[in-house]
Amino acid sequence: MMRDDSPVKPNVAIVDYGLGNLFSIRHACIHVGLDPMVTSSGTEIAGADAVLLPGVGAFGDAMAALERRDLIAPIRESMDAGKPLVGICLGMQLLMSESFEFGRHRGLGLIEGDVRQIDGANHGSRPLKIPHVGWNRVCRPCMNEGEPVADPWTASPLQGLKDGEYMYFVHSYHVVPTDPSVVLSTTRYGDTLFCSSLRRGSVFATQFHPERSGQTGLQVYRNIRDILVSNHERGKHLA
Amino acid sequence: MPVRIIPRLDIKGPNLVKGIHFEGLRVLGKPERFARYYYETGADELIYMDAVASLYGRNSLLDIVEKTAREIFIPLTVGGGLRSVDDIRKTLRAGADKVSVNTAALARPELIREAARSFGSSTIVVSIEAIRRADRRFEAFTDFGRECTGVDAFEWALRAVDLGAGELMVTSIDREGTGKGFDLDLVRSIAEAVPVPVIACGGAGSVKHVQDVLEQGLADAVCLASMLHYDYVATHPDNSGDYAGEGNTDFISSGRGFSPVQGTTIPEIKRHLVQQGADCRCAP
Repeated sequence: MMRDDSPVKPNVAIVDYGLGNLFSIRHACIHVGLDPMVTSSGTEIAGADAVLLPGVGAFGDAMAALERRDLIAPIRESMDAGKPLVGICLGMQLLMSESFEFGRHRGLGLIEGDVRQIDGANHGSRPLKIPHVGWNRVCRPCMNEGEPVADPWTASPLQGLKDGEYMYFVHSYHVVPTDPSVVLSTTRYGDTLFCSSLRRGSVFATQFHPERSGQTGLQVYRNIRDILVSNHERGKHLA
Repeated sequence: MPVRIIPRLDIKGPNLVKGIHFEGLRVLGKPERFARYYYETGADELIYMDAVASLYGRNSLLDIVEKTAREIFIPLTVGGGLRSVDDIRKTLRAGADKVSVNTAALARPELIREAARSFGSSTIVVSIEAIRRADRRFEAFTDFGRECTGVDAFEWALRAVDLGAGELMVTSIDREGTGKGFDLDLVRSIAEAVPVPVIACGGAGSVKHVQDVLEQGLADAVCLASMLHYDYVATHPDNSGDYAGEGNTDFISSGRGFSPVQGTTIPEIKRHLVQQGADCRCAP
């Protein structure tokens, strides 16, 4: 396998707040020709071309860890400057207003909506296994009949993926955005149809782990790279 | 939900090994070659198991994990001899996505709770290795089947989930490495009773066995070793000769097959499962 070679190597700050598999995210970035730095420095986070917010574990602990390290302000600062912010798994959930995991916790509030437990009620003869672990289909959100069929994935990090492509999930909670138009893809688990990725402005987030989803997942990283490279070109042009 | 096919690579020193009932380990080759081949042919995850646990230093395993995790973009579970939250942290830092624990968790069940709290439940796979006793009961063993515990495997499964295990890997030591098929009673009794996914392990010798443990054993995922390893050894001989670092290499030098097991590939298994109506990712 060749590493992707691009003339510009945008740098990505992978926020290190003590949780999550930073190794695999870092190597996926390197693999597609991004320049990742795993960091808990607010200056580095605010200064990077993009911010990647990972996370595994409990919502309340993660928010407390971000607060303790003073990382919330730099993440906002980067986003307010129009730079891409990518949330993965728990990192997606942290973007929301609040979560109901083990009590009620305030999130970063960058996307309006909340985080709820997957409904594990009986599904036919077998109860649904929680956490939702494994490969599942990522689909374009249903459009109402008669609406123009513009592909919502065009120019997004999901560009070029087939509808229903498999991605790797590990989670017990999912996000419910207030504004349905931010939903970029949906995934069905049992009777629950949940938001598996979202996009609003320069914020993009996935419940699945693209860095652990084989070649299709790496395509998401390549798309992010392409968006960053074109941002870079545009920046040069304006200057 | 597609069923997951998970190759299991038992590691001793720098080599991939395979035994029967976890004993008589044969060297089969370099784990990195196998891992890459399985990744490229549609493995849904990989499991690395340190076959000698803490009997030797574990640095070589972490080196192998690190090399693998750099180039293989599917989930990697690592286990064998992890004793503490600190051991788990080191293993995750080396690139593992999940860890599996058995011996240390049975010795001190609170380890599961501590690890789940530190790294999230979904990161903690509790491995249950069982031997069949009278009255359809199963006893949990530690140290790759060397030490009995007196603990009932079914009770232990329920307790492990209560403590925070995100998945269970259930191995029949009686069947392990034999190619006689999974112990369907063992897998089913646990899979039916716990709310978390169950990975069936130990005994697969044919594609039919895989189908059986999914349909009758109600497993969510299947762990395979001999079936895949012996096929790969036969079809992709390693002529470099640099596998002979340590251990019993007579088998690999002789080029013989292993008759109780029908060697196959992941695409062949998935093709069969899809024909039987199962959902598989990367089905050919």
